[in-house]
Amino acid sequence: MQEAARAIVPAPIAKEGASEVWLRLRRDSEFIAIPLLALSGAAFLFSLFLFAIGKNPIEFFELVYRGGFGTAFSIQNTLQRSAPLILTALAVAIPARIGMVMIGGEGALVIGGFASAAIAIPMIDRFPPMLALIIMAVVGSLAGAVWVGIAGFLRHARGVNETISSLLLTYIGVAIMNFFVEGSLRDLTNPNKPSTKPLGDVYMVGKIPGTDVHWGLFAGIVIAIGLHVLMTRTTFGFAARMTGGNPRAARAQGLPVGKLIIACTAIAGACAGLAGFYEVAAIQGRANASLAAGYGFTGILVAFLARHNPIAIIFVAILFGGIVASGGLIQRRMGLPDATVLVLQGMIFLTLLTSETLYGRFAFFQGGAGGERT
Amino acid sequence: MSEGLVQTVLIALLGGALRVSTPFMFVALGECLTEKSGRVNLGLEGTLVLGAMTAYAISFHSGSPWLGVLAAGCAGAALGAIHGFVCKLPRVNDIAFGIAMMLLGTGLAFFFGKAYIQPSAPRLDAISLGGWSSDPRIASALQVHPLLLVGILVALAMWWAFANTRWGLLVRMSGDSAQSARAMGVSVDLVRFLATAAGGFLAGIGGAFLSLYYPGSWNQGLSSGQGLMAVALVIFARWNPLRCVAAALLFGATGAIGPALQSVGITQGYYFFNAAPYILTLVIMIGSAGSQKAGRDVPGELSITK
Amino acid sequence: MTDFRVSRRHFLHGASALGAVGLLGATSRPALAAGVTIGIVYVGPRDDFGWNQAHAVAIKALKSLPGVKAVEEENVAETDACAKAMESMVNLDGANIVLGTSFGYFTPFMADLAKKYPKVEFRHAAPLWDATKHPKNLGSYFGYLNQAHYVDGIAAGLSTKSNKLGFVAAKPISSVLSNINSFLLGARKVNPNATVQVIFTGDWSLPVREAEATNALIDAGCDVITCHVDGPKVVIETAEKRGAKTCGHNASQAPLAPKGFITGAEYKWETIYKSYAEKLAKGEPLPNMLSGGYDSDMVMNTAFGAGASDEARKAATAAIADLKAKKPIYVGPLKDNTGKLVIEKTYDNYDPYLDQMNYLLEGVVGSLT
Repeated sequence: MQEAARAIVPAPIAKEGASEVWLRLRRDSEFIAIPLLALSGAAFLFSLFLFAIGKNPIEFFELVYRGGFGTAFSIQNTLQRSAPLILTALAVAIPARIGMVMIGGEGALVIGGFASAAIAIPMIDRFPPMLALIIMAVVGSLAGAVWVGIAGFLRHARGVNETISSLLLTYIGVAIMNFFVEGSLRDLTNPNKPSTKPLGDVYMVGKIPGTDVHWGLFAGIVIAIGLHVLMTRTTFGFAARMTGGNPRAARAQGLPVGKLIIACTAIAGACAGLAGFYEVAAIQGRANASLAAGYGFTGILVAFLARHNPIAIIFVAILFGGIVASGGLIQRRMGLPDATVLVLQGMIFLTLLTSETLYGRFAFFQGGAGGERT
Repeated sequence: MSEGLVQTVLIALLGGALRVSTPFMFVALGECLTEKSGRVNLGLEGTLVLGAMTAYAISFHSGSPWLGVLAAGCAGAALGAIHGFVCKLPRVNDIAFGIAMMLLGTGLAFFFGKAYIQPSAPRLDAISLGGWSSDPRIASALQVHPLLLVGILVALAMWWAFANTRWGLLVRMSGDSAQSARAMGVSVDLVRFLATAAGGFLAGIGGAFLSLYYPGSWNQGLSSGQGLMAVALVIFARWNPLRCVAAALLFGATGAIGPALQSVGITQGYYFFNAAPYILTLVIMIGSAGSQKAGRDVPGELSITK
Repeated sequence: MTDFRVSRRHFLHGASALGAVGLLGATSRPALAAGVTIGIVYVGPRDDFGWNQAHAVAIKALKSLPGVKAVEEENVAETDACAKAMESMVNLDGANIVLGTSFGYFTPFMADLAKKYPKVEFRHAAPLWDATKHPKNLGSYFGYLNQAHYVDGIAAGLSTKSNKLGFVAAKPISSVLSNINSFLLGARKVNPNATVQVIFTGDWSLPVREAEATNALIDAGCDVITCHVDGPKVVIETAEKRGAKTCGHNASQAPLAPKGFITGAEYKWETIYKSYAEKLAKGEPLPNMLSGGYDSDMVMNTAFGAGASDEARKAATAAIADLKAKKPIYVGPLKDNTGKLVIEKTYDNYDPYLDQMNYLLEGVVGSLT
């Protein structure tokens, strides 16, 4: 390849450019090759597990493919399941950039979803749907922002560890939601599942045209890209990352560390709150206990796997969605308990995380710095 | 009337503390040991669940619940060892790896636990400390399981050992400054590996308590997040084994508030009574944090607190 | 709060009762022609000693019928996960009928799916279907387990010494409230001094809190404990350990309490599922509403355990005969425990008014929020 490039482009400067591109390609391909290696490793490990329990691994992986990615229905199933995960993972990734381990996305999702359903009650049949939905989305995000923002504020003002306070706030948020949903805001026409008043079809967020996937996926991707730009291309992002790297130095530089912390946690909460809004306005059509379905907790794992990179989060969330989506087919076709998918997830993520240690160990990806070109 | 009410609630708090706190205690102690050495293992929820399942299964097959407890500890130690081994590799994030271990541990427990939901395994017996009381409620509240006492002893031993033994010093040094520990010729990786495996062992025993004593049965909803909460409690307890015990007892006691108040007819707002442990912990943290002292307790190498 | 849909839904119930009687007549097993694929979605693990297990046992029996294939999925949350699971059963497994067994599956998920897949039959296990709102290929089936809880109450009322009965409940939804109220009415029928103390745990499966609630009830003086949670194993075992008597729920817990077990309320989903499979195989339309209780063999009581006295056995057996003869449980007027008149007249056991229950009757200690 190198020889060919040289032959075609004889001018020395242009040659330099071409090999630079090649080097970059080689360097970047590390980020594809190593995860692929890890996935094969997980597949191998899991095959051993299946052999041990007397099941056929080939059939299994065929079903994973078919159930997660093989048909148009499967792909939409996968994408739909990944939609809330992108947002809840962002709720972990943004505080992580400023050096905080925030695990309260679940609570913010529940509070955000509940707030948007509650604010909708007086608007139904009075406001135009578009306006009502926008207000709901804003209120849901704000409620989420306040909820995780509390953890950020407590960290800044009182030095309360945000990991534990955000977890505690999650349980408290679920209790608040249940108290209202089963009490004063309960819709009595739905006797068997305590819920708020249903929004009704016209007040629901629709599907992305031509698909069966709701707009939450689109919102998640746009916000992920937006936050990526915010964190890498702006002064705010730079200041936040600098604070994350070394809070003492950041303070010494005169950065407003407290404000940055509260801002990052509020952004995180807003993301999770928005996920709650979509659960209410695109899926459930009302707020109820099903808001606490664990998306917030899954988001933690997605964010860490994506190394808190918003763009990577999109892909990890889709991988996750695909595994979960195929889980059902595996249960049905192979008669395996649903825990099988948990084991598979565990193995995939263990190998993916372990593979991080391989970065930088292969000379090939270092672009010949190791002198492989003799 | 109100006196009887106060009495009922107090007895419930006492009983709750003695019944419910043990799994929190073991997981928190295990995590405390691991974090003191400078590692975070968020996966103890999975360890707790796998421990519970293993204990129940082994007790069922062998007929000896104490063998089950031992097996649960070993299963936990195995998970901890994987965590301890892999996280020493460069660039592997211990928090993320812990969450993945949580999935694997829960998955394995649910997978192999299917067969043990139905059968009845021999359970552990309690020691009655309330024989002196004529009140059956007090007698019942004072049914104490030996593992609770073991947990308290382990906490005392850890507290003493951290301050007074060579091993305790090694663990604390690895946790506070890996560099200076290495300079002294300490194998930080080995210390952390052992601390994580031992932490897993303790968490596994916490699981055995759940399935073999209280509530004393194996099913998939058994833990419902207790392991995760216990890991968080270590931060609350500021990495002090004795405070871990106190935190676990507090958590167990306040967890009894919800059912106790409903049982004496205070029924409005039970969702908040049920959330009492979380609310109270948060309030205490807000009240007690912010002091200069809190910052000093944090192991310097910990990735979860900076 | 008054329910204006009574008359219409009452009619539907009448129709479904006819359907139920019809299927009882069919004793011979017809040879099933073309294959029937039944998809069923559970909210928890299939072997939880309770709600999900009761369904799974019935499905297992169904699998033995020739030509019937059943595809099952467990631990499916009441989110779009259930919609996707069901859709996947239709698209990838070719299911002809999809059964949803958790309350939250119905609206919006099954209602939307039924519109999207008009050729597939959807049936849901709670009396929620409404002809004016929902498509024709959607429907409900339900066993009136409160009748068996009423029998439990009668046996419990005669087995208690303290006159205080304990009830560990998950959430204050109408089917739970109906079981609590029926349990109370059964107990009061034979023992006017009996009261029922309720503790709500707040969720369907929280073993530690269920054990705590059981202990709290016993500490408060209750000597008979029953429950309505997904898996009653913990409640029954904890009560047995404390020396209290127990009544079961959902599936048989008799082996868990050799000393104190009185009797228990159990579903017979098999009756319903078999009728679906047979009708589909013969190409007959499925009823939209298929529900019943003792009079149509859809619920039963667990065989009496050591905790039941002779007197309790006799009274409970008599009560079962009464229920088979459709004698009403809710004999008005009855007040709720805040003093409000909630049941003005005597209601038939299947009256839709009772499906909307959102109160605890006088004699129950507890509140909904």
